[in-house]
Amino acid sequence: MNIGGIMLAMQGAVSQGVLWGIMVLGVYITYKILDIADLTVDGSFALGGCVCAVLIVEKGMDPLLSLILATAAGMAAGAVTGLLHTLFDIPAILAGILTQIGLWSVNLRIMGKSNVPLLKVDTIFSRIVDFFAVRQSAVSLVIGILIAVLIIVFLYWFFGTEIGSSMRATGNNEDMIRALGVNTKVTKLLALMVSNGLVGLAGGLVCQSQKYADIGMGTGAIVIGLAAIVIGDVLMGKLKAFGSKLTSAVVGCVVYFLIRAIVLQLGMDANDMKLLSAVIVALALCIPVASGKWKIWKSYSEEGPTC
Amino acid sequence: MLTVRNVYKTFNKGTINEKQALCGLDLHLAPGDFVTVIGGNGAGKSTLLNMIAGVYPIDNGKIEIDGVNISRQPEHARAKYIGRVFQDPMRGTAAGMQIIENLALAYRRGQRRTLRWGVTKKEREIYAGKLRILNLGLESRMTSKVGLLSGGQRQALTLLMATLIEPKLLLLDEHTAALDPKTAKTVLELTEKMINDSRLTALMVTHNMKDAIRLGNRLIMMHEGRIIYDVAGEEKKNLHVSDLLAKFEEASSGEFANDRMILS
Repeated sequence: MNIGGIMLAMQGAVSQGVLWGIMVLGVYITYKILDIADLTVDGSFALGGCVCAVLIVEKGMDPLLSLILATAAGMAAGAVTGLLHTLFDIPAILAGILTQIGLWSVNLRIMGKSNVPLLKVDTIFSRIVDFFAVRQSAVSLVIGILIAVLIIVFLYWFFGTEIGSSMRATGNNEDMIRALGVNTKVTKLLALMVSNGLVGLAGGLVCQSQKYADIGMGTGAIVIGLAAIVIGDVLMGKLKAFGSKLTSAVVGCVVYFLIRAIVLQLGMDANDMKLLSAVIVALALCIPVASGKWKIWKSYSEEGPTC
Repeated sequence: MLTVRNVYKTFNKGTINEKQALCGLDLHLAPGDFVTVIGGNGAGKSTLLNMIAGVYPIDNGKIEIDGVNISRQPEHARAKYIGRVFQDPMRGTAAGMQIIENLALAYRRGQRRTLRWGVTKKEREIYAGKLRILNLGLESRMTSKVGLLSGGQRQALTLLMATLIEPKLLLLDEHTAALDPKTAKTVLELTEKMINDSRLTALMVTHNMKDAIRLGNRLIMMHEGRIIYDVAGEEKKNLHVSDLLAKFEEASSGEFANDRMILS
């Protein structure tokens, strides 16, 4: 195994991790703030990628503008889940699955085939690569970090506003915030839209950086999102400020992709990666519960302490 | 102030669990009325409060606050008029948010939420002043998460939040039932003070008959979805727990044996 190859793989993993980290920020909104596991993500990520690819390749649209439309498409997908959940009381998890399944066909319709390559067209990354004559992965990294920082700043502001506060309160105690005059159907819908908008944007960015959109590109995205949040929490859980929580989600994603690159370098089959992701998330969710129970079990003694 | 006219509510209609919770209920509250509500389990006390707050829609009838027909308004729209404190201290506050953030959410009750800051510097002073009234020392820990507070502290905070913007109607649903006797007394004193200071119109459900007699200017007793006894003024002041028990016996035709009727 040569060191140069590993370094290159690591660099690629970091830049990929940052771009996917934007998706993780979207997952963070639903999973951590709204307390919903939103499975729309797999579909809206691919939707963002498909919309972006088709607009650039077939409509000749500016790659930057296509990202905005990818975001809008993601928001629309989030709105479908949100409406199913809030208007018709379908459990959020099921509403997300329905949208996700439906999006598979929608995405195929949008692309007309199962993948669209972006080899001969400009992307926001290739433009900068050409202009500054630097390596693609370095450009992905810089742009990814830039966008991630902008989004973290935006979310920090947004969740400090009146609307953002009532969204946080919706995830915290729905009865209470409704009694204080907030329509929680609206806050949930809005949160799902913002979340999936970010996921769609991330799909568009990943599509442009990897130079193709693929019908399966979003499969397992939600698990990657959860894994990244969990890893981030383990690494930076001590930091309580909202800004650092968001940062930890992106950092967790980078670490996830590093782990992935390492195990792939060690010769693991790429197809086994999904199992590994699932195991990481399952372990991360199991360990705190198991260790808590173990502590209670261990601390038992027949003789009480002297008070 | 509040008019409830001919309100019906049946839960689980058409199933074996069908339960008629309110049965043509009529109630009128004048401004400044502080009404205590008593009755056995399943009498419809909580249902009445939930119907007024809009937690569930009513089947028939009409509810008005200050002349506005709110019968078919959703819960969040009615919140403009109504302040609420629940039985469960966990339900009235957001545990994962700071004390000041909770107050700021309550400060905007009934207002349209915008993209302005959720908490402004100016508000901090107002809240510190209000928290001082509680006499719990919360004014010095406004950025603490509410989840760190005790049940009593949370209930006192909920009470403050419900009255932060003066409500047209305050609904208290057994709000001291989950607290220990000493804390319950403190929260009740606070309730009395807040209602008296601002001359609030209030409905308070309680299982403590002594409190029901001692507090407020009017007492209603409910049984099987109806008001069976409504007493105010001097007559109420002269009531004894034994009178109420006799009324209960009469209403439930001797079946009365309710372990939650604590005579303390």
